[in-house]
Amino acid sequence: MEMGVKKSRWIKDRLFFGGVCLFSGLTAIPLVLIIWEVLKKGYRQLNWSFFTEAAPNSLEAMMAVNSGDLIPGGVANGLVGSLLMVLLAIIIAVPVGIFAGIRLSEHPESRFSGVVRSVAELLQGTPSIVVGLIIYGWVVKPLGSYSGFAGGISLAMLMLPLIIRSTEETLKMLPGSLKEAGLALGASYSTVIVRVLLPSAFGGLFTGILLAVSRVLGETAPLMLTALGATAIEWNIFEPMSALPLQIWEFYNDPNLAGLIWSTSLFLLLLILVLNLTAKRIARKWKI
Amino acid sequence: MKDKIFKGLLYGACMLVLLLCAAMVYSLVSGSWQAFREFGFFRFLVSTEWDPTVGKEQYGAWTFVTGTLYTAFLALLFCIPFSLPVALFTGEYFKKTKIASVVGSIVDLLAGIPSIVYGLWGFYTLCPLMKSWGLSDQGFGVLTSSLVLAIMIIPYASSLSSEFISMVPNELKEGAYSLGATRLEVIRTVVFPVAGSGIFAGYILALGRALGETMAVTMLIGNTIQIPHSLGDTGNTMASVIANQFGEASGLKLSSLIAIGLLLFIITAVINFLGKLIINRQKGK
Repeated sequence: MEMGVKKSRWIKDRLFFGGVCLFSGLTAIPLVLIIWEVLKKGYRQLNWSFFTEAAPNSLEAMMAVNSGDLIPGGVANGLVGSLLMVLLAIIIAVPVGIFAGIRLSEHPESRFSGVVRSVAELLQGTPSIVVGLIIYGWVVKPLGSYSGFAGGISLAMLMLPLIIRSTEETLKMLPGSLKEAGLALGASYSTVIVRVLLPSAFGGLFTGILLAVSRVLGETAPLMLTALGATAIEWNIFEPMSALPLQIWEFYNDPNLAGLIWSTSLFLLLLILVLNLTAKRIARKWKI
Repeated sequence: MKDKIFKGLLYGACMLVLLLCAAMVYSLVSGSWQAFREFGFFRFLVSTEWDPTVGKEQYGAWTFVTGTLYTAFLALLFCIPFSLPVALFTGEYFKKTKIASVVGSIVDLLAGIPSIVYGLWGFYTLCPLMKSWGLSDQGFGVLTSSLVLAIMIIPYASSLSSEFISMVPNELKEGAYSLGATRLEVIRTVVFPVAGSGIFAGYILALGRALGETMAVTMLIGNTIQIPHSLGDTGNTMASVIANQFGEASGLKLSSLIAIGLLLFIITAVINFLGKLIINRQKGK
């Protein structure tokens, strides 16, 4: 009798463990399936012109598909747009985010910091489409046209809370003696922060920026309401501009261009993956 | 002097964050003013009308609110059987081992895939499956979108739960082991009660994610303006209706869409606030 009870408890324990392992493993299946599908359908289109030419029009694509060729043209317009808008977002969000993060880590307990921290969390939780709506009202409407500028600002809004958070977390991990040593040498407060704290925290800050970039690189919804998209390569940020995820959306909506969906997705996934891996490497190398 | 300027800069950056947020709320409210003035806040919220015919325009948010809540809660339900094992795997069974970090990074990768790629995958792989299994007429609908949403929020739910599970003090667990408890019994009687509210908070934050998700849902839910009555029904969510109808919107319709954006903002803010509140209380313990 006693043995039986013990055994059933043991069996339950093992079964549960098996279940945990099984279901944890199952979680990887969608990832494998998605990557497999994107690879399988996308690798064929990844050639030189894919990166150097703008998207083809519907007719050209249809003719190429009908004669069994690869679809001509590429995603250069989206690539240029993504680069410009992300760059603009970095220029805006990184300084503000780092300064705010420094302030939060310097006064962690103050009431003001608490408010700023909650507001940053509120920003971070805001759905990206709502950010798009807001930037539409702030930038697109007053300027009278959709633009890469508006797109970049919406991406900056999405990046800002991420940067604030990573800056604060990184600076919190620095030993307090570092700052004290600097101050003891007679350096001013600003010198200590700019010349001692920030360089020591460089790895963490850089990782945070890379992760934030990889997060906003795939954003589609806010750009639909702000940058709109463009069929030609556009260098002027005050004109409507395309982006890689926006192009996937356009290709998805045009059956003739459907062949380009997967290669664009593959490229976007690779970009995000490389950013993520680089970020992790840097984080490991510069570990405090 | 230099220090003063520097401190001013730091302070200014914080003030800018606060100002941005205030301006966001202000512009959402002022943008939706027209719709609320026309229909009244409460009537706009509970009305299921959506008629853009010029002259007798009628807009209401209820269809989309229900669609959003429906898909998000279903997604949360679907994600539990996967995110909870992952959390136990990385936070308890294989805590701080190599294999846990491998599983952790695989799950992290799920978070890195853009929403639109999930949408594509759902559209080209999941929809045909749904159709052939007879779960939905055209493959679109609430079930398809919430399945994809569930996959998307697994990383958010599991990472926080895992953190709280791994924070359960060893002495408590050892106490239970010394009384002869098996690992399952330790998890059930020690880990879950201690880490419970943290795990719960993780799911609340994951719910917040699911509520605001746009692209994948827009591509999969079918975008029909009706309240879904069954899992296979098509519908629309707050985020997807904004994404879909924004392009041709102006005047009262635009204002109504912004009003829906405001409602979505409020709902996600409340959900996130609740989650953070629980986390802070748990961490303060």
